[in-house]
Amino acid sequence: MSAPVLEIRDLHLAFPLGRSFADLIARRPGRAVRALNGIDLDLRRGETLGIVGESGCGKSTLARAVVRLYRPTAGTVSFGGEDIFAAHTRRDRTYNRRVQMMFQDPYSSLNPRMTCGQILTEALSVHRMRPAAEIPARVAELLDLVRLPQDAAEKLPHEFSGGQRQRIAIARALAVEPEVLIADELVSALDVSVQAQVVNLLLELQERLGLTILFVAHDLRLVRHVSNRVAVIYLGRIVEIGDSESLFSAPTHPYSQALLSAAPSLDPADRGRGARLQGELPSPLNIPPGCPFHLRCPRATDICRTARPDLRPIAGRGEVACHHADEIALNG
Amino acid sequence: MTRDTILEVRNLSTTFARAGRALPAVRDVSFTLGRGEVLGLVGESGSGKSVTLRSILGLSRHYGTVTGEVRWKGRDIASLSERALRSVRGREIAMIFQEPMSSLNPLLTVGMQLTEVLKAHTDLGRSERRRRAIEMLDHVGIPSAAARLDDYPHQFSGGMRQRVMIAIALAARPQLLLADEPTTALDVTIQAQILDLILGLAREYEMGVILVTHDLGVVAQTCDRVAVMYAGRIVEEAPVAPLLSDPRHPYTMGLMRSVPEGVAPRTALYSVPGTPPALDALPQGCAFAPRCPSASAQCTATDPALNRLAPGRSAACHHPVSLAKGDAA
Ligand SMILES: Nc1ncnc2c1ncn2[C@@H]1O[C@H](COP(=O)(O)OP(=O)(O)OP(=O)(O)O)[C@@H](O)[C@H]1O
Ligand SMILES: Nc1ncnc2c1ncn2[C@@H]1O[C@H](COP(=O)(O)OP(=O)(O)OP(=O)(O)O)[C@@H](O)[C@H]1O
Ligand code: SF4
Ligand code: SF4
Ligand SMILES: [Mg+2]
Ligand SMILES: [Mg+2]
Repeated sequence: MSAPVLEIRDLHLAFPLGRSFADLIARRPGRAVRALNGIDLDLRRGETLGIVGESGCGKSTLARAVVRLYRPTAGTVSFGGEDIFAAHTRRDRTYNRRVQMMFQDPYSSLNPRMTCGQILTEALSVHRMRPAAEIPARVAELLDLVRLPQDAAEKLPHEFSGGQRQRIAIARALAVEPEVLIADELVSALDVSVQAQVVNLLLELQERLGLTILFVAHDLRLVRHVSNRVAVIYLGRIVEIGDSESLFSAPTHPYSQALLSAAPSLDPADRGRGARLQGELPSPLNIPPGCPFHLRCPRATDICRTARPDLRPIAGRGEVACHHADEIALNG
Repeated sequence: MTRDTILEVRNLSTTFARAGRALPAVRDVSFTLGRGEVLGLVGESGSGKSVTLRSILGLSRHYGTVTGEVRWKGRDIASLSERALRSVRGREIAMIFQEPMSSLNPLLTVGMQLTEVLKAHTDLGRSERRRRAIEMLDHVGIPSAAARLDDYPHQFSGGMRQRVMIAIALAARPQLLLADEPTTALDVTIQAQILDLILGLAREYEMGVILVTHDLGVVAQTCDRVAVMYAGRIVEEAPVAPLLSDPRHPYTMGLMRSVPEGVAPRTALYSVPGTPPALDALPQGCAFAPRCPSASAQCTATDPALNRLAPGRSAACHHPVSLAKGDAA
């Protein structure tokens, strides 16, 4: 097992919401969205770690905290043993270079008035990656790396298709020779054939450059295909983490089971077969006591309503945060 | 099952202009939609799916040239004045746009945007509007809906914003829903819930639906029929089951092969070779020919028409493939 590149410990992040009129009248304090509630996670060098979970469970918040776009309320993120939020590290720009985020929306994350060549040149010069004289050659090299034609350098973002724009975003992220890539819904907006192209590129670059990738996506087939390990998040906590193939073929946490069984099958004959999660959707404004999943869990018992299960290793499975994980692992 | 046709699109073409050159984004698209029917629209990024939906709603004519007919319940709405169209848009025909952030107003609370729509398109009173707004947010799975009515869009996650857009589109109970990738930012459990909601409305109120999606699983689980677009044209149309099990157009076949299923983990996936043509430089003949494994001289000479292959099935291809006949998948 290789050493962790990023170590995330007990990370909490809450967004205060403005006090509503009703709060003012009732003299209630402002409310807060508790987006992350104690995330512990190691990102190992060279791996792809998939992150899945319900919409609003905190995936993007986690990704953004890791690239320091958000400041956590509590907990630490260390990179090479150094806390990235410590004052001296915050001033250190090399972290911004070594850990790169690629956003979901290729339309809004590229400056529409800059040509593809200018976008790459800017990235190279901001971080002083190359002397000015060597920049054009490096731009050409990057275009080649993501398989964009050389005349792409002269074009503006709107002159590219969605898939090509995603490749520009990847080239920009790679321009600064990062060690870690954070991909938040990188390919969600692309058709399956272009998705396949981008995924092939990521896998190939990972192999060649030894990149570590955090891959956030809703498409479970895709996450399964690219990931070495997968973490399932529920209400800002990891409820299950483990080897991708074993987690997908035998999920243990009841929420992971529900999530995986909701993936739409490619066979129209399966229509109406998928079991739906029952019960009230959880709110990060008001997290249930005990196991946060107990209101919707078909296996919930008394202990689930009062005690919060911790993430722990389960024989033959990964790590699972469920009081009944051992029984589930034994009896399915 | 035959259903009454509520929408008939005939020879729809939409052309944009850039630097004096014509960009034909939608080329001669024709199809019909029955009451309560769900039609899937799939195809390459940039193939014209969104422009087709916008053209049906009369939005493309503000920045492009639109020709052809859009017959809605018997009358051609493509030729209606902007004013007359406004009584159809939002009330009878609603659209869920692809970019939830840019179609929500960042300066208004989510509750205000929902009640605005209800005010414009229904006769509900003030308190009923508020109740319906909460009910709609609840239906699309926004937790603590009542408490989040006063929040602004930026305080919601990507998927939550998308659900707000869906709630707004469905609030006035439209008869036709144009849904442009309504569930791409959603996890599969909420996606299933939203698709159930849309299908429920299609069944209960006979709402017709055109669903644009990249997810062939979503297509399999929700659509009655599917149209596949490539470079602005419909290149294949069929009922959902035969389309997925026996695609006839080489591009559709390529799409099916690209799905990461039954492929060893972390190995290269199949992807249609090459890139789509630039709209201002479409090749002569079939637009897919430069990428097509079955291209022949005939293909580069003449553009194939969308021909009927079997009842309810058509493809625009000189040499349709067939898995049933043993062509390689
Ligand atoms: N800037 C913000 N202010 C207030 N609340 C926020 C902010 N950003 C996110 N949130 C809230 O934090 C929670 C987690 O959001 P996040 O964007 O991390 O979810 P996500 O898992 O990425 O969801 P999705 O799959 O829909 O993208 C949500 O309840 C969201 O409303
Ligand atoms: N306002 C416009 N002016 C010029 N060209 C446009 C305009 N809107 C769209 N296009 C072009 O028309 C073509 C079709 O675009 P459209 O948005 O319909 O694609 P799409 O099939 O929805 O793709 P995606 O799956 O990526 O959303 C694209 O080449 C696009 O660049
Ligand atoms: S701890 Fe209890 S409620 Fe939570 S997932 Fe396990 S069985 Fe369900
Ligand atoms: S017409 Fe020819 S080039 Fe076009 S899809 Fe069919 S076989 Fe391929
Ligand atoms: Mg997100
Ligand atoms: Mg589109």
